[in-house]
Amino acid sequence: MIRLPFVLFFSALLFSAGVYGVLARRNAIMVLMAIELMLNAVNVNLIGFSAYLRDITGQVFALFVIAVAAAEVGIGLAIVILLFRNRESINVDEVNLLKW
Amino acid sequence: MVAETVTVSTGAVSAFLKYAWVIPLLPFISAVITLFFGKRTPGRGSVYGIVFVGAACAMSFGVLWHFVQGGGPYEAAVSWFQVGPLHLELGILVDGLTAIMLVVVTFISLMVHIYSLGYMHGDERFTWFYFVLSMFTAAMLTVVVSNNLIQLLIGWEVMGVCSYLLIGHWWEEKTNSNASIKAFITTRIGDVPFMFGIFALIAATGFTTTNIGVTSEAIGLPGVSALYVSMAAILLFGGVVGKSAQFPLHVWLPDAMAGPTPVSALIHAATMVAAGVYLLGRLFVVFLDASPWVLTTVSIIAAITMLGAALLAVVQDDIKRVLAYSTLSQLAYMVAGLSLGEAGLTAGFFHLFTHAFFKALLFLGAGSVIHAVHSNDMSDMGGLRKKMPITFWTMLIGSLALAGIFPFAGFWSKDELLVVAQKTGHYWLFAAFLVTALLTAFYTARMVLITFYGDYRGQATPHESPPSMSGPLVVLAGATMFVGLLGAPQLGAVFGKWVFYEAVEASVFVPWIALLGTVLAVGGLFVGYSMYKAYREPDPMEAKLGPLWDVFQNRYYIDSFYMRAIVLPTRDRLSAGVYWFNQNVLDAIVNGAAVLARWLASMVMWFDRNVIDGAVNGLGSLTGQAGGVLKFIQSGNVQWYAAGLFVGVVALAIVFIKIV
Repeated sequence: MIRLPFVLFFSALLFSAGVYGVLARRNAIMVLMAIELMLNAVNVNLIGFSAYLRDITGQVFALFVIAVAAAEVGIGLAIVILLFRNRESINVDEVNLLKW
Repeated sequence: MVAETVTVSTGAVSAFLKYAWVIPLLPFISAVITLFFGKRTPGRGSVYGIVFVGAACAMSFGVLWHFVQGGGPYEAAVSWFQVGPLHLELGILVDGLTAIMLVVVTFISLMVHIYSLGYMHGDERFTWFYFVLSMFTAAMLTVVVSNNLIQLLIGWEVMGVCSYLLIGHWWEEKTNSNASIKAFITTRIGDVPFMFGIFALIAATGFTTTNIGVTSEAIGLPGVSALYVSMAAILLFGGVVGKSAQFPLHVWLPDAMAGPTPVSALIHAATMVAAGVYLLGRLFVVFLDASPWVLTTVSIIAAITMLGAALLAVVQDDIKRVLAYSTLSQLAYMVAGLSLGEAGLTAGFFHLFTHAFFKALLFLGAGSVIHAVHSNDMSDMGGLRKKMPITFWTMLIGSLALAGIFPFAGFWSKDELLVVAQKTGHYWLFAAFLVTALLTAFYTARMVLITFYGDYRGQATPHESPPSMSGPLVVLAGATMFVGLLGAPQLGAVFGKWVFYEAVEASVFVPWIALLGTVLAVGGLFVGYSMYKAYREPDPMEAKLGPLWDVFQNRYYIDSFYMRAIVLPTRDRLSAGVYWFNQNVLDAIVNGAAVLARWLASMVMWFDRNVIDGAVNGLGSLTGQAGGVLKFIQSGNVQWYAAGLFVGVVALAIVFIKIV
């Protein structure tokens, strides 16, 4: 059995990669994928603690997160498609009309 | 607010007494209706006054009937309001004295209301005249039935206002409005001490009640000093002097003749001027408790008035002024009668009672004559005996009553006054009564002879007055013939059983006094007849009196003395000074205060414009500018927002981990 600190360290790395992807990537698809990374980092955390504490609740919660993430990606990709149809581009930094 | 009812009575009480408070209310209702609906009523509103005063008159006779049957007095009150310990109430006090006054006032008022139908016919302010007439009647009745001093004072002052309004009824002429102002101010001069007298009485009860009976008792308690009572009595007497026109405030009454003649009959002969005498009788206890010098003062003033006025009546040409001076003189008779002490109360009021009838009759008769010849001056009359028979005969009856000829009213009341004066040992007053009686008979004869005998000297075509005027004359003449018998000792002196102080005094008939009085009256009439039986101008009196004629014509120069010593200095110096003070000092203070306030306001305005508005506007523009700068944070770049979110989460995580 893998010890908990390794799991947490891995999770933190994964989450950091996600944060970097959300903040730095221009491509909207990549941003969505980075969000998936962050959510999966959380799932790793939940399952790691679930195994460590021998409590099934964490795993149940991880399943919920996966379900919600699937729905979120569905909506997110729909937005990206609409964006592309209107702009012929999916660069996030070009979508800045909603401002002062 | 009807909080409580206090009732004091002895013996059985008739409904008329219990509802005596309705009597003043009736003419008041009539006044209100006349004022608001009079002009729209056929007959211009006179009907209300006649009906309501007639009803009041009927009730008054009902009240008198109670006393005729030997009933006792009745007092009832409802509380009005309370000021500190002072408990004010509205109430009625009905005793024999009240009953007599009620009958006199309502009866004469009814006669005058009817008489005015003819006399005031076609007058511009006919409805207004009837309104004030009814209002006056209500006020006088309030005075008469009142059981407390404040209610009495209210009625007393309303009477004064009505008198003022009626004297100045024809105010278009300057002399008339001057006369009304003179009457009002002169009586007020008496009313001020009167008011303080009332305060003195209320103070004697420790400011707890204004009830006449209670205050009168309180002032007689041993703790109250004689000087205090005497001062209170003298102050109250001031009101009597003003209202009943006694020397030295008598000057207003002759001038008051400027009013319409029915008014002179009602207010300035029969009722209002008698209110002073009534007051003297109502508060008689105060005068009896005072030191003897008070009543002596009263009798001296009365004696001066009766003789002085009677002498002036001798030289007047204006028929109403003859009667006015006669009224002064007869009022002084009553006051003098009361000043004789306890025994004089009955006699004084008996004279008030008879005088009201025959003097009202004489005034209404004079009004009838004036109506016919369109002049007040007797030099424009003469020979009216044949042309106006009803007026002549009724006035003759009134004149004989005034002169004191048996068996008319004046004989009995004068005789009673003479008897009391002689019995109580006031011989100098007895002499004054006799001399006045002589003079009265003389000027009465003069008036009747100049007016009704000889040849007609005027320009108009005299005719008998309409029935609305001659009717009241006949009724009053009938009353004048018989009311005297109420006090006749031979017939039991009924009057004395109604009006008396503490105990009924049997009035006696002293043959030699009656004979002396009659001889003087007949003598006066005879001298008058011999001088004026064939009257030609100028008045033979002028030659007989010599230099005195001028003195009498100028009313002993009292009026011009008042004019020079009081009125003109007041008008020219005091008023001018007060005006200067008002213009230069009071106005300066007021204007200064205004300037100061303006300056203060401008300071406040500056502060408001600059400090408060500046703060508000500054805050607004600061917010706007801050928004202008801070809006660039919302760049529209979602990744920047996410970065901010991340930084925030990290910051929160650091904070929570450190603290928790």
